[in-house]
Amino acid sequence: MPEETLPAPHRSHARGGPLQGAVPLTGWGRTAATPALLSPVRSDDDALAVLKGHSPRGVVARGLARSYGDAAQNAGGDVLDMTTANQVLHADLETGLVDVEAGISLDELMNRFVPQGFFVPVTAGTRYVTVGGAIAADIHGKNHHIAGSFSQHVRWLDLLTADGQVRRVSPESDADLFWATAGGMGLTGVILRARVQLKAIESSRTLVDTDRTPDLDSLMTLLSETDHLYDYSVAWIDCVAKGKRMGRSVVTRGRFAKLDELPAKRRTDPLKYHGSVRVSAPDVFPPGLLNLATVAAFNELWYRKAPKRKRDQLQSIPTFFHPLDAVGGWNRIYGPRGFVQYQFTVPFGQEEAMREALERISHSGTASFLAVLKRFGPGNPGMLSYPSPGWTLALDIPVQKGLATLLDQLDELVVAAEGRIYLAKDSRVRPETFEKMYDRLDDFRTVRKQVDPDGVFTSDMARRLAL
Amino acid sequence: MIDALGSPSSLLLVGGTSDIAVATAKRYLTERPLRVVVAARNTPRRSAVATELEGAGAQVQVVDFDADDPASPARMVAAAAAGGDIDVAVVAFGLLGDADELRSDADAVARLAQVNYVAPTVVGTELANRLRQQGHGVIVALSSVAGERPRASNFVYGSTKAGLDAFYSGLADSLVGTGVSVLVVRPGFVRSKMTAGLDDAPLATTPEAVAEAIVSGVRKGRHTVWVPGAMRWVMSGLRHTPRAVFRKLPI
Repeated sequence: MPEETLPAPHRSHARGGPLQGAVPLTGWGRTAATPALLSPVRSDDDALAVLKGHSPRGVVARGLARSYGDAAQNAGGDVLDMTTANQVLHADLETGLVDVEAGISLDELMNRFVPQGFFVPVTAGTRYVTVGGAIAADIHGKNHHIAGSFSQHVRWLDLLTADGQVRRVSPESDADLFWATAGGMGLTGVILRARVQLKAIESSRTLVDTDRTPDLDSLMTLLSETDHLYDYSVAWIDCVAKGKRMGRSVVTRGRFAKLDELPAKRRTDPLKYHGSVRVSAPDVFPPGLLNLATVAAFNELWYRKAPKRKRDQLQSIPTFFHPLDAVGGWNRIYGPRGFVQYQFTVPFGQEEAMREALERISHSGTASFLAVLKRFGPGNPGMLSYPSPGWTLALDIPVQKGLATLLDQLDELVVAAEGRIYLAKDSRVRPETFEKMYDRLDDFRTVRKQVDPDGVFTSDMARRLAL
Repeated sequence: MIDALGSPSSLLLVGGTSDIAVATAKRYLTERPLRVVVAARNTPRRSAVATELEGAGAQVQVVDFDADDPASPARMVAAAAAGGDIDVAVVAFGLLGDADELRSDADAVARLAQVNYVAPTVVGTELANRLRQQGHGVIVALSSVAGERPRASNFVYGSTKAGLDAFYSGLADSLVGTGVSVLVVRPGFVRSKMTAGLDDAPLATTPEAVAEAIVSGVRKGRHTVWVPGAMRWVMSGLRHTPRAVFRKLPI
């Protein structure tokens, strides 16, 4: 091939073999692996060095890789492993403001600060996400209807931009760059540090109410009428049940217990906390283990074992917030073909679209093991931030025949209802469909063009969706 | 990028006017719109294919490619890649040749070897270089069951496909770890413009069936597919048939 038609070969392509030192990377769904050079980042200088000598295929930062799809992959290019920059730089135990390196996990923040009386402001269904990742995906949790998403609790962040500068960005100092970075999937630069406002708690125990609802209507009514009474709220929903039982759910809602609400024996050490993983799933699960029969059986059991109505049950943080984290590497149970997670939201008033989507899912014969429904509160100015007022449903589906078409059709339904899908979960939406979901995508592109005119920061997701 | 469910967003058809190439693009287009690069000689047929694929929802780019011109593959791959990453490249050009002529005409043999073997290996090398840099992508090579055991009735064609098959099978192994993979497709007799006027052979198939096998093979990450699938076992039998018997078979 003539020299002038190709970009200069990257340092690692010298001999035309495979990218020297490249490792195959995937997201949590274990699909569409691509190789990249993974460089550990321990300091600003490490990140800057990779940026200066970056591959023609660009750079993207990667945290604990809990995004399900290709957000933290960069085929043939550079990927920064941020988990090695994981220090707490400063903590103010009066105000709950902590300055941390972006690679620190929410797990570590909890280990450090729960015993001191502080919880993370927002946590996803897993605590194994980094602060950088939490900002880049603008994660939400069970308290979205009360507290919003993670970025709303970030006072400032330090961003390494394509020009090699480190900028301290706050919603006040540079609203556009801040709100392009919050939810921006790492495409505006590398988040190096952030100041996060923690939430004060009196105990490490939650007081949980459980309700079973027999169908979708009763579920939505219950959440609409009483969600505001709880700090945290989520429903597990059976996506296999059809007909009258479609949408039957187990709703768990709660808040942190106050000191005087604890039983006497727990009051001596109210902030006691340990959240370590107990067992790991081995990597030997055959494809197809989770099929319609096994999932239907599991769902039946899960629904039946839940109490019809239970009040003020004391639960630990891992039990209430992160049940799946009890099994390390649980994503392996979907077998070697991997799985996708489909999460979408439709606005209030579009409950029919949610019903239609559930109907299609339950009739498709795709087995969704974990499906979670939640009622979102108001959104924030994040240009690609996912949460917006309405209903959100998240489900895991093993990769199987016909899934691409089913999900494309669900996308059409979501777009027609003026809803959207969540980038942190996505691995397959069509670019032209995605464009219709985020009306501030052009604003995001404008900011990205300003701070990174050559598109140095890029990822498989950015290429796939032409972000 | 090829997404988590095996759907590409761009397709390069080398020999873009072949029936199998066109059928593959149309098969992909039944699922989603995508960018299709049609690499072929500048002929009315190429324009017609471009129009047809645009009508089916593709964003079409035409690029010049001539299997007789040694400089053409490099130019073609560079032009195709200028518009963005190549997710799936289908190497679908080739000639059947006139078996009678090929028995004795050395020039005709040289030309068939150039088009069916030399050019595909050059194209394969250029594609591999490009896709290796991308760090992802699939190269689909149209081989033939005729290459598995060449027979007297069309051994020159069979030998070129045997060479092509060996090249792409080896290329597949050399690309392990680069993010790039190769799918070798071995169809039997395909009813197409290439075989127009010939009588159907047993297990004859269609360009649409080959296209289906390509799409499903890429989706599943397969390395070799036979079309129809039963050909695999037929050819396995024929490969192990003693020569004295094989020579006399009416095939």
